[in-house]
Amino acid sequence: MTSTPHPAAELPLQQQESVVIRFAGDSGDGMQITGNQFTDTSAFVGNDLATLPDFPAEIRAPVGTRPGVSGFQVRFSSADVHTPGDQPDVLVAMNPAALIVNIKDLKPGAIVILNRGNWGEVDLKKAKLDVDPRTSGVLDGFRVIEIDINARVKEALADSGLSSKDVQRCKNFYTLGLMYWLYSRPLEPTLDWLAKKFAKEPSLVNANQTALRAGYNAGDIHEHFQARYEVARCDTMLPGTYRNIMGNQSLALGLVAGANLANLPIFLGSYPITPASDILHQLSSYKDHGVITMQAEDEIAAICSAIGASFAGHLGITTTSGPGMALKTEAMGLAISTELPLVIVDIQRAGPSTGMPTKTEQSDLLFAVFGRNGDAPMPVVSCSTPADAFECAIEAVRIATQFMTPVILLSDGYIANGSEPWRLPKMEDLVPFPVTFRTDPEAFQPFSRDARGVRPWVKPGTPGLEHRIGGLEKDADSGNISYDAKNHQRMTDLRHQKVQNVADTIPTPAVYGAQEGDLLVLGWGSTYGSIRSAVDVLLKQGKKIGQVHIRHVWPMAKGLDQIFARYRAVLVPELNMGQMTRLLRSEYPGFSFVSYPKVQGLPFTTAELVERIEKALA
Amino acid sequence: MTETSILTKKDLKSDQEVRWCPGCGDYSILNSVQAVLAGLGIQKEQLCIISGIGCSSRFPYYMNTYGFHTIHGRAPGIATGVKIANPNLSVWMVTGDGDGLSIGGNHMIHMLRRNVDVKILLFNNQIYGLTKGQYSPTSPTGLKTKSSPYGSVDRAFNPIKLALGAGATFVARTMDTHPKHMEQVLLEAANHKGSAFVEIFQNCVIFNDGCFEGVAGRKVRDERTVDLHAGEAMVYGEAHDKGLRFDGFELKGTSAAEAGVWDPSVLSTAPATVLAELDGRQDLPTAVGLFRRVNAPVFDQDVHAQVRAVLERKGPGKLKDLLYTKDAWTVS
Repeated sequence: MTSTPHPAAELPLQQQESVVIRFAGDSGDGMQITGNQFTDTSAFVGNDLATLPDFPAEIRAPVGTRPGVSGFQVRFSSADVHTPGDQPDVLVAMNPAALIVNIKDLKPGAIVILNRGNWGEVDLKKAKLDVDPRTSGVLDGFRVIEIDINARVKEALADSGLSSKDVQRCKNFYTLGLMYWLYSRPLEPTLDWLAKKFAKEPSLVNANQTALRAGYNAGDIHEHFQARYEVARCDTMLPGTYRNIMGNQSLALGLVAGANLANLPIFLGSYPITPASDILHQLSSYKDHGVITMQAEDEIAAICSAIGASFAGHLGITTTSGPGMALKTEAMGLAISTELPLVIVDIQRAGPSTGMPTKTEQSDLLFAVFGRNGDAPMPVVSCSTPADAFECAIEAVRIATQFMTPVILLSDGYIANGSEPWRLPKMEDLVPFPVTFRTDPEAFQPFSRDARGVRPWVKPGTPGLEHRIGGLEKDADSGNISYDAKNHQRMTDLRHQKVQNVADTIPTPAVYGAQEGDLLVLGWGSTYGSIRSAVDVLLKQGKKIGQVHIRHVWPMAKGLDQIFARYRAVLVPELNMGQMTRLLRSEYPGFSFVSYPKVQGLPFTTAELVERIEKALA
Repeated sequence: MTETSILTKKDLKSDQEVRWCPGCGDYSILNSVQAVLAGLGIQKEQLCIISGIGCSSRFPYYMNTYGFHTIHGRAPGIATGVKIANPNLSVWMVTGDGDGLSIGGNHMIHMLRRNVDVKILLFNNQIYGLTKGQYSPTSPTGLKTKSSPYGSVDRAFNPIKLALGAGATFVARTMDTHPKHMEQVLLEAANHKGSAFVEIFQNCVIFNDGCFEGVAGRKVRDERTVDLHAGEAMVYGEAHDKGLRFDGFELKGTSAAEAGVWDPSVLSTAPATVLAELDGRQDLPTAVGLFRRVNAPVFDQDVHAQVRAVLERKGPGKLKDLLYTKDAWTVS
């Protein structure tokens, strides 16, 4: 099935609107780097795009095994895209395990590029394959291209002076070069990136650049392919300045921007946890922005140090994922009781317990809204895409500081590690919301409230305003400890009302598609892109459906009931067992909500959503 | 408003009624802390008292300073955040044997290893008081309590050894029955740069009455305790006639004249550990006073020093530069 070298003629350049490539190999093969480089270069040439990394929780599972397979899917397009694509058009499989794990997902007729250099008896055995898939028939219907990447890299780097182990570590750039050729991408962005990345080790810069060029040239001499493809720049992207961004990156930037707008220094207390650690990494490098980070001894100390910093007048932030959220709950209650601003970032992952650390899920929703001892209301904001995480982080900071409350900011593994082009905000569009600290001792009471129900924020060190706060119930007037029955009712009502008042400051979400009709598809969080793609498919077919997406999970925006009233039913797809559906049923009992749950550690595909929406319409 | 530069004890009393049991050792500690803090030359708005949960942790409510009564065991985390956010504050942490060594034991050792500039007062009464009398991690084995009717089978922590093992840079012990001694130890703690760990023998009049009477009782303490001072001989006894000296890794009783001179600043924690192990079982006194005092980098200062160093090298960062990076492209 291997193609024979083509005579040296110009290959036809075929235009394609949208292509999905999945790079798959051992977790040590550098597939995430390869995928990210392909993504950045595609962004550079002006494609719209979306990515989906899929990697094991283990850093290096045994080489060549199925559990050790790490994948990175990128969809790049000349039209708007909202998802990384349901089915890859191209699979790059660096070994038999990578092939066998991914082959079920491929589009019929897809191109499969195999690394024949890792295809011996041993490799098949490691992948638990009795029969070579090249001869078993599983590859029927695909265009298979076999290349001995190991040998080619060895040839290309024969003069590099590197050890054979180091030479083999350049395989991913050879592969990347080949894909750059196939999809007519420039090499420069990656050449530049390599020069920077290995600046201290010129031999590695040279080797990886050589491997990249060798891969590109292998395509150029028509060894393997009968055609080349081009995916033109996306002309429907709104004017502006863009950069490709991953969700955790933009979330971290949003926190810095939010603190900047609130005129507060950041204190981040955090404990490493997948998939949230990258936010800690990024913020710890922003010391020149006055960001203080502390890697605490555990999740509890992480949030407690952030609460302490908030008490002392910083913007306290803590970042984590589900298991860490569980550990932080008592401290969240303390922040609610003492009415201190705090941003708690939960990058959700598949649960319960340790669950699947690198797989995405939206199953912390009800936990975020209600999961604390006592009546402990807290605003919850949820990001919908990697770029949206920037705005949501600012929004979380706004609510926390304007309402003197902890806020949970929900993201998930799919947003955290996925990427998309981000249209950068104009600096003048970022509206400041500076914090005012109370310094006037006249008639000061720590728990007196303004018209929105918000108490004053006083920095320790301010003369004449010395006061004590704590987790015991407080007298609504003096702030002193109180176990009075009626006072507790009053304080509970005041805390509840304060959080409800946040709804006065948030807009009613816009509906996409039909403004009234048969079905409204309601989503929240990372399902945005999948739902949008499915709704687009059905709108083109003339279906009367709309899409609404919830950013403010708690409290919910006003006016949603009026939107629901315009449709016969509301379908709620979500990556959990129907938690938003439960919330909606309790908040809006007069409407019909249909749950569409999925808990497989993966996002919805467009196809499955289209099918479910069609069923709901039938 | 006018502020005098010298505080009195009265200035530090809050308007809240103190609600410890009559006869509780905590009253004496509150009194001594107020006396010492008033004399530090610090304005009261610069004082911040942070506590966890338990009888002792009600402490902040009785101090007319900034204060935070937090959650069980977590005062070290909160105190660390406060101190980093505002290193100018004088931060004091009040905890107990349950709060600080059981539920909060992890935070305690990490605060000590980091050497955060917080003064830690551990009220040790060898019992859970606020939950009405269960054995604690410092209760002696065999103690009969509500949750150990046949006697506790737990082995106890020695708080001094725990602090030494965690790398604490200041470790001391005092007792509620001896305000003068307590004030002296607290003053030394206040003057230390970095974490200062002070164990206070504290009587729980309701659930563990007399737990330290054989050591700290007014009638016996001169004979049953040796007060460790830097650079002074380890002498004790009503008549100052007895002493201790090291013999290898053991302590021997001597006459006062032969007593060894105590140095809490030696590199090794071994001598302090040996002293901490004196628990009355030997025919020797229990050690109180200053076990360890060494200089080490202070966490909160180093956090800020690192920020300053990066700021000096790179200059203050601009938000726009963070967003508009070199890999950005324009669509028109």
